[in-house]
Amino acid sequence: MDALEAVRLRPVSPRLGRRRFADRVFRAAVFGAVIVVLMPLAAILGTIVVRGAPALNWDFLTSLPKPVGETGGGVGHAILGTLILALGGLLMAVPVGVPAGVFLASDRMPRLAGAIRMCADVLAGVPSIVVGMFAYTLLVLPFKQFSALAGAFALSVIMLPTIARTTEEVVRLVPSTLTEAALALGAPRWRVMLKVVLPSAGKGVAAGIIAAFSRGAGETAPLMFTAFGSQFLSFSPLQPIAALPLVLFNYAVSPYDDWHAQAWAAALVLAALVLAGNVIARFATARRSS
Amino acid sequence: MQMTMKGAGFLGIAMAVVGLALPGMATAQNVTGAGATFQFPLQSKWSSEYGKANPGVRVNYQSIGSGGGIRQITARTVQFGATDGPMTDAQLAEAKDPILHVPVTLGAVAVAVNLPEVTSALNLTGPVVADIFLGKITKWNDPAIAATNKGLVLPDRAITVAHRSDGSGTTFIFVDYLAKVSPEWKDKVGVATSVNWPAGLGAKGNEGVAGTVKQTPGSIGYVELTYALQNGIPTARMQNPTGEFVAPSVDAVTKAAAAASANLPEDLRVSITNAPGAGAYPIAGFSWVLVYRDQSDCTVASALLKYLWWGVHAGQAFATPLHYAPLPAGVVSRCEAKLKSVTCNGAPVL
Amino acid sequence: MPSRPKSSRVDTAFHATLVLAGLGVATVLAGVAWEVLSLSGEALSKGGIGFLTGTTWDPVTEEFGALPALYGTLLTSAVALVIAVPLGIGSAVFLSEIATSRVATVVGVLVDLLAAIPSVIYGLWGLFVLAPLLREHVQPAVQAVFGDFPLFAGTPLGVGYGTAGLLLAIMVIPVITSVSREVLRAVPETQREAATALGATRFEVIRGTVLPYARRGLVGAVVLGLGRALGETMAVTMVIGNRYDISASLFAPGYTLAAVIANEFSEAFSPHYLSALAGLAVVLLGTTLILNAGARLLVRGVATGGARKNGDRHRFSRKSVSVPISVPSSDPGKEAPDGRP
Repeated sequence: MDALEAVRLRPVSPRLGRRRFADRVFRAAVFGAVIVVLMPLAAILGTIVVRGAPALNWDFLTSLPKPVGETGGGVGHAILGTLILALGGLLMAVPVGVPAGVFLASDRMPRLAGAIRMCADVLAGVPSIVVGMFAYTLLVLPFKQFSALAGAFALSVIMLPTIARTTEEVVRLVPSTLTEAALALGAPRWRVMLKVVLPSAGKGVAAGIIAAFSRGAGETAPLMFTAFGSQFLSFSPLQPIAALPLVLFNYAVSPYDDWHAQAWAAALVLAALVLAGNVIARFATARRSS
Repeated sequence: MQMTMKGAGFLGIAMAVVGLALPGMATAQNVTGAGATFQFPLQSKWSSEYGKANPGVRVNYQSIGSGGGIRQITARTVQFGATDGPMTDAQLAEAKDPILHVPVTLGAVAVAVNLPEVTSALNLTGPVVADIFLGKITKWNDPAIAATNKGLVLPDRAITVAHRSDGSGTTFIFVDYLAKVSPEWKDKVGVATSVNWPAGLGAKGNEGVAGTVKQTPGSIGYVELTYALQNGIPTARMQNPTGEFVAPSVDAVTKAAAAASANLPEDLRVSITNAPGAGAYPIAGFSWVLVYRDQSDCTVASALLKYLWWGVHAGQAFATPLHYAPLPAGVVSRCEAKLKSVTCNGAPVL
Repeated sequence: MPSRPKSSRVDTAFHATLVLAGLGVATVLAGVAWEVLSLSGEALSKGGIGFLTGTTWDPVTEEFGALPALYGTLLTSAVALVIAVPLGIGSAVFLSEIATSRVATVVGVLVDLLAAIPSVIYGLWGLFVLAPLLREHVQPAVQAVFGDFPLFAGTPLGVGYGTAGLLLAIMVIPVITSVSREVLRAVPETQREAATALGATRFEVIRGTVLPYARRGLVGAVVLGLGRALGETMAVTMVIGNRYDISASLFAPGYTLAAVIANEFSEAFSPHYLSALAGLAVVLLGTTLILNAGARLLVRGVATGGARKNGDRHRFSRKSVSVPISVPSSDPGKEAPDGRP
């Protein structure tokens, strides 16, 4: 910033001075907003690290839980269970959610799209425990069996609106000039959608899917009456399966200090799992799209 | 992008097919039970210990609450339920097939008090506690409290009542007791796992109530005995029908059960709050396991019954170290009879 | 040209697939709605409108009214949005318009992390860290300033409407921020360049061009956040105070629809009780539906109002076209936050 520039930038009227001042206030305000937004993140992560780290070790990550009064034991079964449930939920939600989002963005049947958009928004506001009730009635009661399948289904219902709405938002953002150019070249709509629109929106779609995964992996209430929880390692989709949030919740409300420490450690593991997945997926998508 | 989506779709279908094709994949015998949060630590200990001796059996107990246990056994989604409050006649009728109540341990409720000015334990009577929770006694220096605490200087401090906000077997035992000692409580509030509280703050779980009491000077609340003992929460001594003031302890709870076991009803659904007898703590109750009398899958039934039989005998040894009150001998023999009465397709299981 | 009709057939099939997926979303909601409606039938038909306006929740006498929980849900969500909308959109503006790309990347990852933290962990933190902090420091300080102002009356308990609203705000902000950021990013660079070339400061570019252009998407971001706030269960349950009552004070304990369901669902012992809880779910679904419809109308209003305002800005920009101000580089994302002035 040399002298010449300083001269060029000098306000030529009081009005410009006011405008510059407003600009500066504005910049300070949005910068302040970011700081305020990041403070809880630091506070939350700080708390779970401080309280969770003492109980955390390799054994905790890999072994099965032990009953009260016995030292050791871990949440290996629940880490695996949470991964199985959340991935299972994605397998059900993505094939419906992404095309639904593309449809919402396509503007080809605006009235139907409006109704479906509203459905997605209302579904996003359904309390997770009600989703659990729904999955319970649909998949647990008829088969008289709590199962990983029912848990994954409940999670998929929670993931669905997030995936559909983010897909819509990001597909909408693809500049219409891009679509129009492709259409003008004679490409059919479906090809334009798959080869032009989705690739350029891919990063955003992936971000939506990751957000859905994170939300699903952290859900407690919808799993209580579906996946149900288990002390054992389980791979069967038709048996009850453990999940980290369930373990966390059960340990947190127990009367034992040992289990409280494990609850915080489980919180740390759950956060690390979700956050690591987030960061990894983020970098992976960043590389692919560039 | 569309490649990965296709791949995901195929994988989903493949997973569903594998899942449907291999329903009985697990080689171990799975037994699933659910219900009272109170039994969770004990059941998980039992499951672990029993599994060591019987590696082929995996007993999975999940704490979903007493009401949940009753609902799930009724819906037959679990092989056994568990509850701190017995099933009502209406609930038993809804289940259609006969359900047996088998006591496996005892629960009790401690009255937690945070009164910084008083260091020794308060002596409280049932009617006084009822009036506090009704919002009628609002100061700690109320004459009714002072009457049983001669020698203590009670402060002119407002009483803050803390209670459970979630439905709970702990609440059931507590309000069952209050209804027995206070006609007004019985009329105005009643007995259930959650009630319309006339006064105070709601907190979730034993943790929540204990936290509220700990952080609010002048407060009174109730927590599960195990929780109070485990965390060293200051508790009041409660007056039992013989006139003694008894501090909550595992021993005092077993005494209450022993006093009540002389005249247990046939179906073992019994309230032992306000039980008479020397040294008996008055706010106590059984915690039951619920099983169908007539089983249809004999392999599961056999594994389940052997586990429960072990639980009411060898399993009782694990109770005291976890601050659970072991069953008195008189009750164990009644449990044996109950378990032996279970049949599978007409033939006795044990 | 045999490929033409074939590709149009594929096109139709493709579109049909998309419609089917969209209907899939509607079907799931219909399924959930049918589930709660059929379950709640008994409570709703017995209670009628009284179920909505009743203020008593007594499981023993089986008298059920939803009003206090509905009030709590609306109040906590309103508090959350009042805090979260300016902070969330402000952060998004900072990330997409002002921060250098490196800062934006790092902060963007952090905000996404905030969005990824599971709600049960928010609940744990809210109960053990946030509530004691508010009770011991913030609430007494607020009361010292405002005295007996009814909005802040009552004993500082740390839990209540205000705490739940604040926790919800923390949970909703990342949703609003990351969606808004994507929306702002999509505003064509030409829009910014045009306004900048006319001599507008960064603030004027954002206020006059970027925000009006992105308005629709921003409201979408807020609606998404509102959806999360209304239905949030575990975290709110832990900090709302769980008192079935209506109070004007933000410091008072209350209840929300979702929290009542979460607290009592597992223990509901009679069919009528269960039905009343399902009734609360119906009220919650209805509320979400109404607020969504309202937001949609708002978007329509904002879209037309925005166009008019946009005209104003152009007039302003014409006036200031002669101001000799340096033109920033074509990529505002690369500018340092402290910028030119």
